[in-house]
Amino acid sequence: MSQTEPEAPPSLYAAREPIFPRRVKGKFRSLKWVIMAVTLGIYYLAPWIRWDRGPQLPDQAILIDMANRRFFFFWIEIWPHEFYFIAGLLVMAGLGLFLFTSALGRVWCGYTCPQTVWTDLFILVERWIEGDRNARLRLHRQKKLDFRKARLRLTKWVVWLLIGMATGGAWVFYFADAPTLLVDLFTLQAHPIAYMFVASLTLTTFLFGGFFREQICVYACPWPRIQAAMMDEDTLTVGYRSWRGEPRGKHRKAETTEPQGDCIDCMACVNVCPMGIDIRDGQQLECITCALCIDACDEVMDKIGKPRGLIDYMALTDEAAERAGKPVKPVMKHILRPRTLMYTALWSLVGIGLVVALFIRPDIDLTVAPVRNPTFVTLSDGSVRNTYDVRLRNKHGEDRPFLISLKGDPALRVELEGTIYSSVTVPADSTHLQRVYVIAPKGSAPAEHRRTEFRIWVEDTASGERAYKDTVFNGRTN
Amino acid sequence: MAKQPQKKQDHGTTGHEWDGIEELNTPLPRWWLWTWYACIVWAILYSVAYPAWPGIKAATPGLLGWSTRANVQTEIDMAEARLAPMNVKLEAADLTAIAGDPELQTYAASAGGAVFKTWCAQCHGSGAAGAKGYPNLLDDDWLWGGDIEAIHTTVTHGIRNTDDDDARFSQMPAFGRDELLEPVQIDQVVNFVMSLSDTPQDPTMVAEGAVVFEDNCAACHMEDGTGDRAQGAPDLTDAIWLYGGDFATLKTTVSNARFGVMPNWNTRLSEAEIRAVSAYVHQLGGGE
Repeated sequence: MSQTEPEAPPSLYAAREPIFPRRVKGKFRSLKWVIMAVTLGIYYLAPWIRWDRGPQLPDQAILIDMANRRFFFFWIEIWPHEFYFIAGLLVMAGLGLFLFTSALGRVWCGYTCPQTVWTDLFILVERWIEGDRNARLRLHRQKKLDFRKARLRLTKWVVWLLIGMATGGAWVFYFADAPTLLVDLFTLQAHPIAYMFVASLTLTTFLFGGFFREQICVYACPWPRIQAAMMDEDTLTVGYRSWRGEPRGKHRKAETTEPQGDCIDCMACVNVCPMGIDIRDGQQLECITCALCIDACDEVMDKIGKPRGLIDYMALTDEAAERAGKPVKPVMKHILRPRTLMYTALWSLVGIGLVVALFIRPDIDLTVAPVRNPTFVTLSDGSVRNTYDVRLRNKHGEDRPFLISLKGDPALRVELEGTIYSSVTVPADSTHLQRVYVIAPKGSAPAEHRRTEFRIWVEDTASGERAYKDTVFNGRTN
Repeated sequence: MAKQPQKKQDHGTTGHEWDGIEELNTPLPRWWLWTWYACIVWAILYSVAYPAWPGIKAATPGLLGWSTRANVQTEIDMAEARLAPMNVKLEAADLTAIAGDPELQTYAASAGGAVFKTWCAQCHGSGAAGAKGYPNLLDDDWLWGGDIEAIHTTVTHGIRNTDDDDARFSQMPAFGRDELLEPVQIDQVVNFVMSLSDTPQDPTMVAEGAVVFEDNCAACHMEDGTGDRAQGAPDLTDAIWLYGGDFATLKTTVSNARFGVMPNWNTRLSEAEIRAVSAYVHQLGGGE
């Protein structure tokens, strides 16, 4: 330090720098509009799709039925014991994120993350009500709260709140019959939990989309920290061709002797950035690669008659090649490399596994819990009895008869508690706990041996579907 | 063009350096600080509203009067209120009709299971398999009867207790201790009893034991040894022994007799609870 006078110590805390992204037009902006329409469309409309499953089951295509422990997705019905399907989908989502990040950088963050999509929507509303960047900046700097400023602010907040309420409102429809719940919500008949979720999601949407915006990405989200490990020198990400743009300076028509880069320092790329950064500083944590700066710069390049792509999707290896004047790798070569192929293979493997598991899972199912308190009971005629708690699952939409039989030592005999028959009826879409007795006559091999393995079969006598579980018979141990 | 607000302020480094790695001096976002203050305010309000500060006898109760014990009591009361109609139905039902009503049977079996594990498991075991001297309730052998009405009577009044005049009662003579039989006669009758359940014995002892049995035991255990439920006299021909079926144990039993006692539950359990636990025991696998 050359200064002699002592410097005031810098504050430990900094206020958020407000960001006023300017409107931009271009191919990436158009793509983002389409993605916004599709993702929001799915989110708001999906619970309203109907799917006929017969009279005993709900007719909502996508329904997470907490009370009855069922998850419905069109023709698929997931029971709690099949939660591995959800786990598998989460693994696929994770691997998919890895794949896209290693190939295209933070493409999830830039295009499809709910935080990005809703913030984009909120900025759109803000622009409609308060005007574009310069108008908003003026409004922000205007200290006096006059009628116009109050009106604009209030209008904006009300619209934001309405969007927030719609967001929270749509969320709860995934957990109950949507048409019924909609009526209940408005007639104040809905469950308090539903109102609680609507209220909290309204609040978070309003705050995160309206006020926190990039702060969520920079400070709250763990994904930006992980992504650095997913990206390498072949990852396509948004960058600035500094070797072409520098030295930057005002655009001049006349030829000069001074060296002059293509960047005219118009700040278009900075003004459109929803994260408030300067892409020309290079890759940085805050950048969500939304590509709006590419659109902004291309527009300017077109105007001044320079080639597009001063800011562009490119990989670090391209920079080295371009600086050396060598041809760059084609895009597909960046994307198709061992790492991405590996992620794709893993992703497909899990996906195929899930699909196969989905198609081979039976519509009837059972679990067998041998009662081990006590391990066996001696009956008065000297025969030995074991007890099994057999849980029968009927995943069909109608009641079905289940015939219980066993396969193994021919001396073993099966009896059911509460009935003289060897079959029970399990109601539609439910489980039935049936106590099953297996009896070995006095002196028979299973009665005298410590362990005898056998198999319990259940058969739907109507459709002929079968399922089994292997278990063990305990004979006398003394 | 409006002046671009300075976005990337250069805050420099803290001056610390480790092997060429420097620490940036970037300030924290101010809203973090506000969040922290908000948490402090929240904590203060929370400690006023809810039990928080420990005292000598108890913590401060909090303005909202929240108490886990009161909550548990409320939940118990709610559960009891919810179950009350089922209990009324259970008390009104004909005992033998319970099994035919799936809703009532499910309720009785699960409520009875809870009663059993609270009051009965100490002697009969949590799995109802009993122990030496405490009958196994899972098998098909019953001293006093295994239909639901007999079980209900046993649970209500108990066995050989002095608290209930209606308790089931019977007493086996102590043939050895009271010198009703000679020691050799006891050996003979034990041989005979063991032969009843197909255990090979000395034929002469068995033949002499049969005479002793007919004179002294058949009145209660019947001539064929199958017992009498009216007196709680066990069936001696089956494979089930309450105290053990080996020679030494049987000799002890004949010499000293047995006198198993079960309390009467009508003073401790409600009629609905007794009915529920009777239904539970009845559906364990041995009910008649």
